[in-house]
Amino acid sequence: MKKRDLISKRVRDISPSGIRKFFDLLASMEDVISLGVGEPDFVTPWNIREAGIYSLEKGYTTYTSNYGLLELREELAHYLKARYGLDYDPQSELLITVGVSEGVDLAMRAILDPGDEILVHDPGYVSYMPCTILAGGIFVPVPTTIEDDFKVKAKDIERRITPRTKAILLGYPNNPTGAVMDREELVKIAEVAQRHNLLVISDEVYDRLVYGVEHTSLPSLPGMKERTILLSGFSKAYAMTGWRIGYAAAGEEIIEAMVKIHQYTMLCAPIMGQMAAIEALKTGGTQVEEMVAEYDKRRRIMVQGLNDIGLTCFEPRGAFYTFPSIKSTGLSSEDFAERLLLEDKVAVVPGSTFGQCGEGHVRCCYATSLAEIEEALERMGRFVKRHRSI
Amino acid sequence: MKEVFRILEQDARKTPQQIATMTGIPLAEVKKAIKKAEGDRTILKYKTLVNWDKLGEEQVWALIEVKVVPQRDVGFDAIAERIYRFPEARSVYLVSGTYDLAVTVVGSNMREVAAFVAQKLAPLESVQGTVTHFLLKRYKEDGEILGVEERPKRVPIMP
Repeated sequence: MKKRDLISKRVRDISPSGIRKFFDLLASMEDVISLGVGEPDFVTPWNIREAGIYSLEKGYTTYTSNYGLLELREELAHYLKARYGLDYDPQSELLITVGVSEGVDLAMRAILDPGDEILVHDPGYVSYMPCTILAGGIFVPVPTTIEDDFKVKAKDIERRITPRTKAILLGYPNNPTGAVMDREELVKIAEVAQRHNLLVISDEVYDRLVYGVEHTSLPSLPGMKERTILLSGFSKAYAMTGWRIGYAAAGEEIIEAMVKIHQYTMLCAPIMGQMAAIEALKTGGTQVEEMVAEYDKRRRIMVQGLNDIGLTCFEPRGAFYTFPSIKSTGLSSEDFAERLLLEDKVAVVPGSTFGQCGEGHVRCCYATSLAEIEEALERMGRFVKRHRSI
Repeated sequence: MKEVFRILEQDARKTPQQIATMTGIPLAEVKKAIKKAEGDRTILKYKTLVNWDKLGEEQVWALIEVKVVPQRDVGFDAIAERIYRFPEARSVYLVSGTYDLAVTVVGSNMREVAAFVAQKLAPLESVQGTVTHFLLKRYKEDGEILGVEERPKRVPIMP
């Protein structure tokens, strides 16, 4: 058998990740400051960890319902109602997933037939395209630009709709740009979805991490609950990345379809994480606010610092990323990231990793200590000075 | 504006410029607020939290429960003042419960602390009795854990 034939065409069609080579480089280096991480630098708050430990002590080591623990779904239903005015039936309209990553995969596989198109803003999170391909769908990027603060426009979405378009995917607050959608534009997108009878997958995992603006949850807009698959989770807000707990909220028919896949591929999310997530929902509100206040200070330092050293940066209002333009250096985003790492030992993620429109930018995460941010900015300043093209 | 002081309380070395950037408050206002606070003793002083164990410094700390008789007109304040004026007393609190004043005392050895209690504190006229607890180990100080905490490493590059 030829080696090429060992792997399915579908998997071969997925291009390798642009950041893989950075893993190898990083492994051989010391004294690197990383702005390339994609997770909080806080440890999960102690009361949440303690709830996980307690669940182990009590012997909660079993499977749960495919849908997830009912108590967690009930808490979640209360939470979504209180926070966004959303009404989801915990029995049939909520599913606990293994992180939002699984949620994206389940949503795609549940709704896409071969050849169905899905419209996704570019840049966007790295898993959207591979999950589309694995589900047999066709990924249609919708460009966004720094001039619009990387917010996707309803008219740009509508222009790309074809008879094969099945859904729109929105990932806001956005990874990698930190952009947050305005309510007015979301209303327009909702109208487009309704006019063309499209579903919307709304990945809102960074919903709690917004600074000075309000996050609008898409299904809370009139007429949108029934056509939205809301995906979110505990990783970012509660610093619980390693627990792998996310959730999907949608109409009964869609959740049932997602559970059909989930039960055969994952069975259920880990029970310890689910028990900890119940505690997070019950008591974690203040801790989230404290973490957000801390991120906000770092965000301001980083945005100011990047602009000061000549890497133009719009003010991101969400998540924990900045997405400065590196045009002043004349380097491609991959070259910039590689040279910055090798020459000045700062790790960032090339914008091209997140789509073609990410080219000309790098993603810098500010979920790291202020001291490290300040040192990284100093190193980047030296780097930019040496590489300024004009 | 309280945010300015929260930042300084966490790290007194933050400059007004950094604080202005972190909070979005104009630099001139931050400077003015700090200056005013320094003047009216809102900011009492800037200090460093040192783990003396690491420097091999022998220090003996004691928590002393003090039961006192409150005095007419001044309540506990007069006796509290008598006590807090001693430089050995690091902190003095009025507390509810089975005793009245909680006093923290530091000395270079147990004898020094005991001498302070026996010769200065206990003989005070309004003091009815004292209970001295010597500190055996400090785990957490001012919100900081003193031991080395193991922090798991995050994956340095993750999309």
